[in-house]
Amino acid sequence: IVHKLIKLQIHFVLLISRQGKVRLTKWYSPYSQKERSKVIRELSGIVLNRGPKLCNFVEWRGHRVVYRRYAGLYFCMCIDEADNELEVLDIIHHFVEILDRYFGSVCELDLIFNFHKAYYILDEVLIAGEFQESSKRTIIRLLSTHDSMVEMAKEEATSIGNMIAQVTK
Amino acid sequence: MALSGMRGLSVFISDVRNCQNKEQERLRVDKELGNVRTRFKNEKGLSPYEKKKYVWKMLYIYMLGYDVDFGHMEAVSLISAPKYPEKQVGYIVTACLLNENHDFLRLAINTVRNDIIGRNETFQCLALTLVGNIGGREFAESLAADVQKLLISSSCRPLVRKKAALCLLRLYRKNPDVVNVDGWADRMAQLLDERDLGVLTSSMSLLVALVSNNHEAYWSCLPKCVKTLERLARNQDIPQEYTYYGIPSPWLQVKTMRALQYFPTVEDPNTRRSLFEVLQRILMGTDVVKNVNKNNASHAVLFEALALVMHLDAEKEMMSQCVALLGKFIAVREPNIRYLGLENMTRMLMVTDVQDIIKRHQAQIITSLKDPDISIRRRALDLLYGMCDVSNAKDIVEELLQYLSSADFAMREELSLKAAILAEKFAPDLSWYVDVILQLIDKAGDFVSDDIWFRVVQFVTNNEDLQSYAAAKAREYLNKPAIHETMVKVSAYILGEYGHLLARRPGYSPKELFTIIHEKHPTVSTSTIPILLSSYAKILMHTQPPEPELQNQIWTIFNKYESCIDVEIQQRAAEYFALSRKGASLMDILAEMPKFPERQSALIRKAEDAEVDTAEQSAIKLRAQQQMSTALVVTDQRPPNGMPAQPSIGPLSLVKVPSETVDSQNPGDQGLTHPNGVVYKEDPQPPSQDIIGDLLGTLSIEGPPGAVAQSPQSATYEAEGAPSAADAAALVPVGEESGSVQPIGNINERFYALCLKDSGVLYEDPNIQIGIKAEWRAHQGRLVLFLGNKNTASLGSVQALILPPTHLKMELSLVPETIPPRAQVQCPLEVMNLRPSRDVAVLDFSYKFGPTMVNVKLRLPAVLNKFLQPITVSPEEFFPQWRSLSGPPLKLQEVVRGVRPLPLPEMANLFNTYRLTVCPGLVSVIPCVSDRFMNLLNMFLLVEVELTGVPLSLV
Repeated sequence: IVHKLIKLQIHFVLLISRQGKVRLTKWYSPYSQKERSKVIRELSGIVLNRGPKLCNFVEWRGHRVVYRRYAGLYFCMCIDEADNELEVLDIIHHFVEILDRYFGSVCELDLIFNFHKAYYILDEVLIAGEFQESSKRTIIRLLSTHDSMVEMAKEEATSIGNMIAQVTK
Repeated sequence: MALSGMRGLSVFISDVRNCQNKEQERLRVDKELGNVRTRFKNEKGLSPYEKKKYVWKMLYIYMLGYDVDFGHMEAVSLISAPKYPEKQVGYIVTACLLNENHDFLRLAINTVRNDIIGRNETFQCLALTLVGNIGGREFAESLAADVQKLLISSSCRPLVRKKAALCLLRLYRKNPDVVNVDGWADRMAQLLDERDLGVLTSSMSLLVALVSNNHEAYWSCLPKCVKTLERLARNQDIPQEYTYYGIPSPWLQVKTMRALQYFPTVEDPNTRRSLFEVLQRILMGTDVVKNVNKNNASHAVLFEALALVMHLDAEKEMMSQCVALLGKFIAVREPNIRYLGLENMTRMLMVTDVQDIIKRHQAQIITSLKDPDISIRRRALDLLYGMCDVSNAKDIVEELLQYLSSADFAMREELSLKAAILAEKFAPDLSWYVDVILQLIDKAGDFVSDDIWFRVVQFVTNNEDLQSYAAAKAREYLNKPAIHETMVKVSAYILGEYGHLLARRPGYSPKELFTIIHEKHPTVSTSTIPILLSSYAKILMHTQPPEPELQNQIWTIFNKYESCIDVEIQQRAAEYFALSRKGASLMDILAEMPKFPERQSALIRKAEDAEVDTAEQSAIKLRAQQQMSTALVVTDQRPPNGMPAQPSIGPLSLVKVPSETVDSQNPGDQGLTHPNGVVYKEDPQPPSQDIIGDLLGTLSIEGPPGAVAQSPQSATYEAEGAPSAADAAALVPVGEESGSVQPIGNINERFYALCLKDSGVLYEDPNIQIGIKAEWRAHQGRLVLFLGNKNTASLGSVQALILPPTHLKMELSLVPETIPPRAQVQCPLEVMNLRPSRDVAVLDFSYKFGPTMVNVKLRLPAVLNKFLQPITVSPEEFFPQWRSLSGPPLKLQEVVRGVRPLPLPEMANLFNTYRLTVCPGLVSVIPCVSDRFMNLLNMFLLVEVELTGVPLSLV
């Protein structure tokens, strides 16, 4: 028999708060700006209105949206119909666990004020809408290297700034 | 946790968060955009730190949903910054703001390439991530070879190589013609020996993309995949950090099994044996456990294993095992597993020999059709549709019909379409088919296209034993107070044609038939009038000897329509009037319709052409097809030697494909077979060509509303005027011992709140809480009452009566007599609005708690504005209509004083909650709005609100 196969790929990732505020969007398939807002509007309408204790999947425009709610925040990922929904649900949880370890019991405020960090953490979990790394330890180690590089650059900048300030005094 | 070192950004985010409403937020954002724009204009004065800050702000604003149409250049230029912090920002923001089609990206190719081939591995990672996420064709052309080198380089660290694998995957998937993978089979085989699991996982994804295009080249990878699977699933030979809830990387397991599904088969017997051993272990060794994350992970692996087993066409024994497993899944508590159980069972239908085993689970699947989760209900519907055949069609279709009454609007279209297809495909007998379609029209007339009722007429005409049955059925439906217009058409047609067969029964005299049909006359649109006229002519013809009184009545109607503006109606009226004065010749001309030639159902054909599987996607697909295909050619089969065909009864005749083309020697045939029974020339095509197209057409908002929904177990109250005093009726609970149970909260306020929103609490006291949730569509509504017992003891003698005003038809499903402790019961309530009115329906609710009897009368928020459907009109359309209304009662004006000034957007919001639209382009004036009640009452409601002087006028 021919089993209908589609390559696993996440088309986009959305983080939406219970009030419908967007906290993160990442698009792996090309969507125009207009389409992006439309998708967000439609999906928040569907996902936010679902009650508790239902399954984590909704069918939307021939796609499946896998979502999971953590406190007031919904993590949504959109995949093709024939893909493995639970695998994607595992990816969502994996991502949340990494955020949690990185921020130390993460809450929505962390993601609001550090939205840029959420983006580069996501880049360590997914590339091209494909899953990248199962080891949380590896990812956390990498993230702290990045952070220390940013810190170092900042210190350098301030020390140069001080030097210039002293010279021009 | 504040953003370290970027105070400006944190302050901006806080400001946005503190905005009271959307308008304030927009002002704040606009101010910031202006600021950023000015700063970017004078780029020289910007420090790298500032540039970084502004680019982040842009991303934040973009994320909030505002258009950011500048600054892309600045983001892209940060990519070439020498220092990591700026470069990182450039890469991340560019990847978020732009997609592969943006021209700006081209500017970055060189820098990106330098980062990829350079020595700095952090830069390599950033560049590979960007290309992997948004790289298009030009990136593939200039970078693919470099990326390939990185992937197989022995000097690169795993952290770079795993990114290179996924980056290459994207480039290849997007442009397989550009990326050269000749000879990559060996490389891939080597990569599958990789010990680093990060690299292995990414390589496995790459392999999936490669084999999906060309499995022939990668046979050598197959045994390696099986080895990997054995290593993970059997030996669990994997570092601790690569297990997820105790399961060796579920992602890698799933991907490996995915890759294996692209090979048509596993030939080598040893490899096949080891693979099946592992699969068997996965299938049998997975239990549902308490930890939800562990469950998700183990079942992700399990469902992929199931797919692989199906693909490999395992022995029947293993397949049966799989079905048994799925049978277990569809009954578990965990909703995800239930959903996937149903989904995979539907896929399993494609495997031969297991359909019968799946049928054993029919009862459970039907239960899932009533699952609280719409996702699960959709899966159940799909599965039932797929597994339906002659043996179980009756059960399944009847379940679908029953469910149709209570289904949410989102599913009704799909349900009725599927029921119609199955009924026609698998009807065990024709009277059943007639029953099903009539019920379908009754419950979901909006979704039943003309072709479906034409089809019923064809069957009835061609089968004499069906005719009196159908006439009796039609008569029954006409007794109902409000029926869908399609039902009026089909009933009028059948009664006109065959009503006389039952003339001896009480209630079937020509006079009575005419009266009951004519009662519906004021409610129908012009498309139905011709059918009614034909019906009257036929009734007249069958009345022998003539009854002068009836004759006069009917002639009066013909006379009236002789001057009708609609040509079709005018012609019929004139011809029937003339004919009916000719006495005997009327008999010949209006004689019973001849039998129809056999023809294939357009519905079935369409259903077969394009599998109707999922609602939205297939709907779109079919619509597209419909637009492309030319009108279908009806291939009629002429009966031999001119005799009427003796139609064979049974499912075969329903789906028979006719073999001959239209008989050109008999051009009048098409005209004769027109179901409206009028002899006139016509295109050699049936009137409506595409059933599915029609069905879908009705989905649009403008579609004619008017379905009648009814649940068989429900009690209907058509109380006359009972609640006219409802407004005034005491809304205070009347306890037997008054004051014993006091409501919590103000009942009136709760009611008013619910008039503006669709869910909330209607009533609460110490014992019970009544919640309500409503959906509205045109003149119909579906409410669900949630009766929640707050106590630890049961509530008894629970009774809920609906007292509807005359304009509402309401049906409440059965309310249980007792509500168990701490339980909540749901009672769907169907509402249909027959005409506009401001009267309010009342729920008379009572229960007994211990010795106390509590009774409350509650107004239900099924109020006028819920049935409105806003439309947008331009000022040019609005004002002429507005001016054409002259004054009371059509136009009323009311001045409301002392109103708190409202900003325009809030005003608009307020109107939206009343389901009125504020149309753009009309300054200081807010017009709107139309509603369609039924097609008969196609009325408009225009509202003009003048903001300046605060007069408020309502029509």
